[in-house]
Amino acid sequence: MKNHKDIFEVIFFARGGQGAKTTAEILAQAGTHEDKFVQAFPSFGPERSGAPTKTYLRISDHEIRTHEPVVDPDLVVVLDDTLLDSQEVAFNLDKDEFLIINTKMAEHEVREKLIQKGGKFEGKIHPIDASGISLSIIGQPRPNTVILGKFVQVSGIIKMESIIEEFRRIFEKKLGKENCDKNIQAIEKAYDTI
Amino acid sequence: MNKKNKKLALTGGAAAAEALKQIDLDVMPIYPITPQTTIIETYAGFEANGEVETEMIKVESEHSAMSAAIGASSAGARTATATSSQGLALMHEVLYIASGFRLPIMMLVSARALASPINIHGDHSDVMGCRDSGWIQLFCENGQEVYDKTIIGMKLAEKVKLPIMVIMDGFNTSHSVENLEILETKVVQEFVGEFEAVSPLLDTENPVTYGAVALQNSYFEFRIDQEEAMKNAEEEYEKIAKDFEKISGRKYDIFEEYRIEDSASSADRAEKIMVLTGSAAGTAKVVVDKLREVGEKVGILKIGLFRPFPHKKIAESLKNAKEIIVLDRAQSIGTFPPFYSEITKSLYEAKEIKNIKSYVYGLGGRDIFQKQIEDVFADKIEGGYIK
Repeated sequence: MKNHKDIFEVIFFARGGQGAKTTAEILAQAGTHEDKFVQAFPSFGPERSGAPTKTYLRISDHEIRTHEPVVDPDLVVVLDDTLLDSQEVAFNLDKDEFLIINTKMAEHEVREKLIQKGGKFEGKIHPIDASGISLSIIGQPRPNTVILGKFVQVSGIIKMESIIEEFRRIFEKKLGKENCDKNIQAIEKAYDTI
Repeated sequence: MNKKNKKLALTGGAAAAEALKQIDLDVMPIYPITPQTTIIETYAGFEANGEVETEMIKVESEHSAMSAAIGASSAGARTATATSSQGLALMHEVLYIASGFRLPIMMLVSARALASPINIHGDHSDVMGCRDSGWIQLFCENGQEVYDKTIIGMKLAEKVKLPIMVIMDGFNTSHSVENLEILETKVVQEFVGEFEAVSPLLDTENPVTYGAVALQNSYFEFRIDQEEAMKNAEEEYEKIAKDFEKISGRKYDIFEEYRIEDSASSADRAEKIMVLTGSAAGTAKVVVDKLREVGEKVGILKIGLFRPFPHKKIAESLKNAKEIIVLDRAQSIGTFPPFYSEITKSLYEAKEIKNIKSYVYGLGGRDIFQKQIEDVFADKIEGGYIK
């Protein structure tokens, strides 16, 4: 969290249909579970799947009144590395801030790609093969839930227990116990990755 | 936190649906359109899970949705629906029937731009298009207000026998997850009370006619009655909102004064007052806090009740300002924007001549940033558009 701010701000870059909105909403529910104040909202372009989307998340110990999009994030999450070609994902990210990205690329490869595209991000990059983890544990590509584990590990702003509890509350009935457990296992695996 | 209140994280649309569930609707005719989606989707979920006994009528257009609402409400049912944009425009013809029949129909509007060009995002063009249709119109800033004003609004509509639109910003509010506290269902139901329809069609012991012809000798009087009922809604709103404060701890005046009187001393009174509504009011409050910190005397008048428009009270609130800045999220093509027109009328009627600036922002979902609001306060934006 920036020194001058009392709100932790996140931007999720994804493509329509990849479930970034769900990711942000689970985090919002988990934040509420911890009695924090939250705000999560999408900035859809045209509503079609595959188009680049941005989703915003704010978490604070105080009431959040602003409704402007997040312009100066503390953390950026990228759910699809092909977005590096078209989106300025590291915009306004400072050197003490973080970028989490779902990719098979190594950290230096992501950084090179950002530099190629004119980005000058000096902060820490956390690549994670969330799609791969999801396929091997859940059997389906669900990087949007897996990445929750990495979010908790990197940000430290939400507790893992809250994520798991809220995930279970929202999805156990919908997914069935077995499938829900697998999702949670994948989230935990992402939390444990270096 | 009040022990009775439960803190949740919900979209504005889901907050509206939650309030409607607690109010206990009899009938909800629906036709889908973005971005009111979150409202009827959530309510349909309640219906599917057996949490409500409401009869949801799936119709083939918004014109039919409003027509079905008029039928249900005249039959004596507590009725609500929801819409946006072209959907509201398509209802236009029948909106006047609902208000002319004096039916307390609740309509949640997730306000959105009008085509053409096609745009699914938020602005206030749709609700401004029916500001003369005889409906009460009540604007909300966030999900908490949507929840609270749906409850207040239902009671108000039934009290003054007029239909009501409770308005949230499309996407900005309808699709934004925010924290809110909800009341216990029992408390809400006691507050709103049983719906007792006046002269319902299904009261066959006392047959009545709805929609009769009224010609030169009586039509005029019907219209005057409607105007009187609407004027009366201002006072009734105040009473109901006061009672609501008792059960919720949340205060909703006809409009909100934010840091206009910043302390007991008149020296701290705002010299520049920004008038606006909806989700942008929250953003503007943060800017006002920042500017107040560096000693600038600024404040906000946030519009809540827009129909009836509280001219006298607004003029009273603005009378000490040196400069008034009015932000509209709609145009009135060919004349001044809606809020600006109302504010100038209020001040003229009160014989207050002021320096008033008019800006239009946020059309078709264009974002508005704190930086732009700061620039407006600093008089750095020319041409009347905050683009």
